[in-house]
Amino acid sequence: MSGSDILVLAEVHRGTLADITFELLAAARGLVGGSGGEVVALVLSENGAAFAPALGAADRILLVDHSALANYAPEPFLAALAEVVTARSPRAVLIGATSIGWDLAPLLAARLDAPLALGCKAISAEDSALAVTASFCGGKMVAELRIDRAPAVLMVLPGSFRAAEAAGKAQVEPCTLSASLEPAAIRFEEFLLPEAGDVDITQQDILVAVGRGIQQKENIELAEQLAQVLGGAVCASRPVVDQGWLPTTRQVGKSGMTVRPKLYLAFGISGAPEHQEGMKNSELIVAVNTDPRAPIFDIAHYGAQVDALELLPALVEAIGARKG
Amino acid sequence: MNIGVVLRQVPDLIEPLEVDASGTALDLSAATFVVNETDDHALEQALLLKESGGGTVTVVALDFGEVDNTLYTAAAKGADRILKLAWDESQSPTPHRAAAALAEALRTLAPDLVLVGVQAHDELDGALAPLLAARLGWPYVGVIRGVKQAAEGGSVVVCKEFPGAVMARLVVRLPAVLGILGAEQPPRYVPVSRIRAAMKSTRFEEAAHAAGTGPAGIAVTHMAPPPAGARAEMIAGSDTEVAQRIVEILAQKGLLK
Amino acid sequence: MIATQSRQGLELLEELSRTGDGKPPLGCMQCGLCAASCPLGDAMEFPPRKLILEAMARGLDRVLASPSLWMCVGCYTCSLRCPRDIELTDRLWPALRDRSMQAGFQPPAELQETFQNVLKYGNVLGKSPRQRLDWAKDLDVRVLDLSKEPRPVEVLWLVGCYPSYYPRNRVVTRAFARILTELGVSWGVLGAKEKAVGECDRMFGEEGLFETLVEENRKLLAQQDFERIVTLDPHAFRALQNFYPRYGVWYPVEHYTTFLAGRLEKLRALVVRPVEATVTYHDNCCVGRRAGCFEPPRALLQLIPGLKLVEMERNRENALCCGGGGGGMWLDGHIVAQGGKRLSDQRILQAAQTGADILAVSCPYELSRFEDAAKVAGLESRLKVRDIIELLAESMDLGERSDS
Repeated sequence: MSGSDILVLAEVHRGTLADITFELLAAARGLVGGSGGEVVALVLSENGAAFAPALGAADRILLVDHSALANYAPEPFLAALAEVVTARSPRAVLIGATSIGWDLAPLLAARLDAPLALGCKAISAEDSALAVTASFCGGKMVAELRIDRAPAVLMVLPGSFRAAEAAGKAQVEPCTLSASLEPAAIRFEEFLLPEAGDVDITQQDILVAVGRGIQQKENIELAEQLAQVLGGAVCASRPVVDQGWLPTTRQVGKSGMTVRPKLYLAFGISGAPEHQEGMKNSELIVAVNTDPRAPIFDIAHYGAQVDALELLPALVEAIGARKG
Repeated sequence: MNIGVVLRQVPDLIEPLEVDASGTALDLSAATFVVNETDDHALEQALLLKESGGGTVTVVALDFGEVDNTLYTAAAKGADRILKLAWDESQSPTPHRAAAALAEALRTLAPDLVLVGVQAHDELDGALAPLLAARLGWPYVGVIRGVKQAAEGGSVVVCKEFPGAVMARLVVRLPAVLGILGAEQPPRYVPVSRIRAAMKSTRFEEAAHAAGTGPAGIAVTHMAPPPAGARAEMIAGSDTEVAQRIVEILAQKGLLK
Repeated sequence: MIATQSRQGLELLEELSRTGDGKPPLGCMQCGLCAASCPLGDAMEFPPRKLILEAMARGLDRVLASPSLWMCVGCYTCSLRCPRDIELTDRLWPALRDRSMQAGFQPPAELQETFQNVLKYGNVLGKSPRQRLDWAKDLDVRVLDLSKEPRPVEVLWLVGCYPSYYPRNRVVTRAFARILTELGVSWGVLGAKEKAVGECDRMFGEEGLFETLVEENRKLLAQQDFERIVTLDPHAFRALQNFYPRYGVWYPVEHYTTFLAGRLEKLRALVVRPVEATVTYHDNCCVGRRAGCFEPPRALLQLIPGLKLVEMERNRENALCCGGGGGGMWLDGHIVAQGGKRLSDQRILQAAQTGADILAVSCPYELSRFEDAAKVAGLESRLKVRDIIELLAESMDLGERSDS
């Protein structure tokens, strides 16, 4: 690897490659351009060879296999990542803004005293520097950053890049580490899965989503009525689930489910990046929010600046009138 | 268990944010401040741990962004000590600048566990929680919802949140720093009269530690609200008119059964 | 000399907590009129009578922990009918709620949020204070913002949170501005500086928050020069008339119905357009039952040519509360979870029974509560909900109307 390579952390979660990996590979491809650098995917796992065939969009795949990497725990993953980055000196390290990424990106940057950008939406190479567009303040502010030190650690928001298609055959390179990955102070025990039995919102064609603007638990009934006449289901943004008004299986967003329904109706949801992540690929997005500046309007196809609590029953009525 | 909790003030997003004259930083002179939401959860989680297992909760905060109200509220909720660190009000407390001072205070405090919110919405080129861990030389894991004492002494059991309502249970040997996403219950309410009582009875401990610098090699060249760009087609009118238009759109797209 | 609500509430609580001395606390005869009168008494674990009984027998622990503590909607029916004049609504419930929160019990989450909103932003809705005067955008009459241009006026109009921010209410607010101007009254508002009066916070037991608001309003009002305060909100009226003076903040205050009824002859000349409708009037609890003000709103309605006034069976001091007071606006979920009913759903049926076309109201909460209830009952094409102000404005030919 040379100083113009871009290293992508291929994220493995519960035995599969996370979708963000392919978005990161696309971002990396855009950066290496004609520089002669390589797009290098790094797989940290117990048996990385299994993932190699899916990573054809990279030029090179580094496999670090170790029993300590079978399930995510910060210390062995950080040690392995840091060692590879130090040895290979890439221009930048791309990590997804995921549960794992939120640990590893800042920890890596601190470990290497490397510049870090959170919330990256766009990256380009500008001579010897990188130009990064980053979103923060709940999506209400955008910063343009210039990074002229390598390696740059970039935590990329899901949905910022279109997933890369496999190009040709990537070179697979098994790596051994000199660092010992054990013992660690933080130990993975097990995954806790949600109880089955509730609606699977990822399988619904029509979703009626409620956010803080719904104001009271009781008003969710209005959304249920609309979902019923549309033949869909109710889902929610994190604040509603945090309040206990709906179970976590209904949560849409970064720390919830990712959905791609035919219709996503968002009521009283501001549309912070964490939520957008979970629904931005919905085919038709209609957003209702009294705040005209709500970020949800940036990704919605249609919007209305009216009170969700007024519009929900009005919609039920209008649909009923049409049918009846 | 002695727990250190870091509370930060962040600009309230209820008002539109403004950029300063340089065009490269937030204009905080007109901003109002609120406590960072995940830090509030960190405090709640600390109080829950104290209630179930004993120990003390010490809040550490920079004197910035109208923090006193937040600190009195923390005292009213049950924090045992409040440590307020002197801060140059003209310097916005970016994670790198803040981490140096906070880490020094925490090092002196020497708690068993440090809880901080996993993120703050004004973080751009650093995340405070892992930076603190790096400076203290302590292990770190973030995106944590729920912390309990472990059966084995000197450890805690945490749940790390993953997509799809999946959690990973991890055991963490102390001392450690945890980046909290949510406490096991929403932050408790404390009546205003108790906060006012705390204003009379609480004494903040004060200290001063040097702010950090950096990070190197990265600079903001421009900052602005996102471009209007491709925005939604807005439907105007009364609730009935909007509803009718939406129903028309849905019908056109074959979405009405 | 400042007798705070808490001191008297504490006295009530202390008396309530005394057990075993043979004397029933508060002079209560356990007659049960309160529980029987309470519109939510059936669903409460501890309606007033049982609450006092529990205190006698066992003390307050179970009461403070009970969810029924958060079901009172402040309708005053129990207080009005109590033969011993025990101040159940104004003193006992708020004191118990305060005591409950002090003991660490958590009020319903929706209420917590309103407290935070009032504390941070000065309004229950959690809206930006800077937008408080947005209702006046593009208004065809001049709105004097006294916080920017202090001037002596006859009327300081405290607009209120819902009338300032809630879309449905803004129509009423704008109409009132036009009516005041048409009447030649000199008036002004406090604009973005206006804060909640805090009556609902006091009722919820957040006494510390109420006192904070009293102090802020004391300073605001002291900077202004006016003859009287007029408010659209019966709850704010009650707090300003009955509780603020206990903190030494006293100003003449009127609810808009008495203020306008005091100008009946002037209005008579201005109501030119007939409103051909049968109207029934819902007496709100704070200005109606509690303050005994039943005729002024009716006088205003009867002024309007073409308008026929009919009465519901339960009217005046027997009116059924809409369920919005005492925190009720944020307690519907909690009340329903405890097996109670939305009172507005019941009341709208009583209104429909009169055969009226329009249900007239004079409290900001009632507009949305009754319009919701009408939708739930499938009545919204038959029975419209209008504030008296809207009907007056229509008859005075003064501009836009709500479309629902």
